[in-house]
Amino acid sequence: MAENEIAADGDEPLLVADRLSKTYGRLTACRDVSFALYPGEVLAIVGESGSGKTTLLQLLSAQFAPSAGRVSYRMRDGVMRDLAALGEAERRFLFRTDWGYVHQDPALGLRMAVSAGANVGERLMAVGWNHYGRIRDTASSWLERVEIDIGRIDDAPRTYSGGMRQRLQIARNLVTEPRLVFMDEPTGGLDVSVQARLLDLMRNLVSELGLAAIVVTHDLAVARLLSHRVMVMKGGRVIETGLTDQVLDDPCEPYTQLLVSSILPA
Amino acid sequence: MTAMIEISNAEKTFIMHLQGGVQLPVLRGVSFQVSAGECVVLAGPSGAGKSSILKMIFGNYRCDGGRIGIRHEGAEIDLAKAEPRQVLSVRRATIGYVSQFLRAVPRVATIDVVAEPLIVNGTARPAARERAGMLLRRLNIPERLWALPPSTFSGGEQQRVNIARGFISDLPILLLDEPTASLDAANRAVVVELIDRKKRAGVAMVAIVHDDEIRHLIADRVVDVTSFAAAA
Repeated sequence: MAENEIAADGDEPLLVADRLSKTYGRLTACRDVSFALYPGEVLAIVGESGSGKTTLLQLLSAQFAPSAGRVSYRMRDGVMRDLAALGEAERRFLFRTDWGYVHQDPALGLRMAVSAGANVGERLMAVGWNHYGRIRDTASSWLERVEIDIGRIDDAPRTYSGGMRQRLQIARNLVTEPRLVFMDEPTGGLDVSVQARLLDLMRNLVSELGLAAIVVTHDLAVARLLSHRVMVMKGGRVIETGLTDQVLDDPCEPYTQLLVSSILPA
Repeated sequence: MTAMIEISNAEKTFIMHLQGGVQLPVLRGVSFQVSAGECVVLAGPSGAGKSSILKMIFGNYRCDGGRIGIRHEGAEIDLAKAEPRQVLSVRRATIGYVSQFLRAVPRVATIDVVAEPLIVNGTARPAARERAGMLLRRLNIPERLWALPPSTFSGGEQQRVNIARGFISDLPILLLDEPTASLDAANRAVVVELIDRKKRAGVAMVAIVHDDEIRHLIADRVVDVTSFAAAA
């Protein structure tokens, strides 16, 4: 259902979830989730394992079809489109250009056996770049931005540390200048000093590029540092939502109070 | 005189679900106004709800009833009912907040911590850094520390970094939660002067200060918070 209106600067939502649900047989993974995400806005989805947050991310990024409800996305031409109504080619085009998807495990988002430069360059080639020199220059400048030594550009990411792999995955995702990035536990599995560096990097990139992002995390510190807004999930439902510092400093729901009070003081 | 902040009958109750759902009514009937160029100091004993009022004006705490009218970009907006992105817009363009403690982001240099509010509003990085440097110098933070993240600084130094960050923007409303608490006399005097300069620039301020001398120097009006106590 396309409404024919052009997006005014940040005043029109980029993505709208409307009563999304996903059931697996009798099991409900995600129930009745609605929200609107605006350009440049970072939304964190928090909750413990099994709360439905990853399922929700997969619904939002059109990897699964919802059992009920729908997701609409404002395409670059300003037209709001129902993701379920997109053709396969259109959906792939979104994934290659307008969206990024950062996996918790970099091995899922990278090609581990080809060089770092090729990992970044590949996304550019997919959108039609064909000048080798320009691709390599752009890849190098992105490696620099994510603080990877240019001397490692021809090495494959399987020779990289966990933190470097994650930074490479981010470079690969951002090189096409997407408008929306999905992140699934982007700092999970990294040790804390590496996490801090990655978070700082992501925070700067997101604000410099004016990216919208949806970040799934069980770590409230990640939500506080990266997101403007947070949704707390439990048992497949959104139980509390609001401005990030408001939800974390003045939580209302019993479960949110439990989550917040469970943070160990540093 | 233009009222920049107009609060009427705001209230706040905390419900502690982990303590068997105990209800803590903290504030009721909070009503006062703050005009441009005026500094209102909230007075009352510890626990009376002074910080809660500041946090409600900043949208950090939810407001359970009443109205928090803020003059924002030429119109009035009720923060008690505003959407998250409206609150963010108010914080970007209208309300600055100097909290009691600096929430330091790991790895970010002091000079950038201070410059950030300007950069967010579109000032070029070199110009923002220059202004940050001027404020840091004014607040006696030695230049050799500017490139370091403030997390390792002393309490007083962190507080001054926090003050510099809060005072750098030209926002029309400023909330100050004990800005002079851990400062020595020389630095307290700097803060008093910075507040005075903001007043002359027409900034509306709400402050919490325990020091009688400082209160005397900065307050145009004192609002007694004990009158808003919500008896359970």
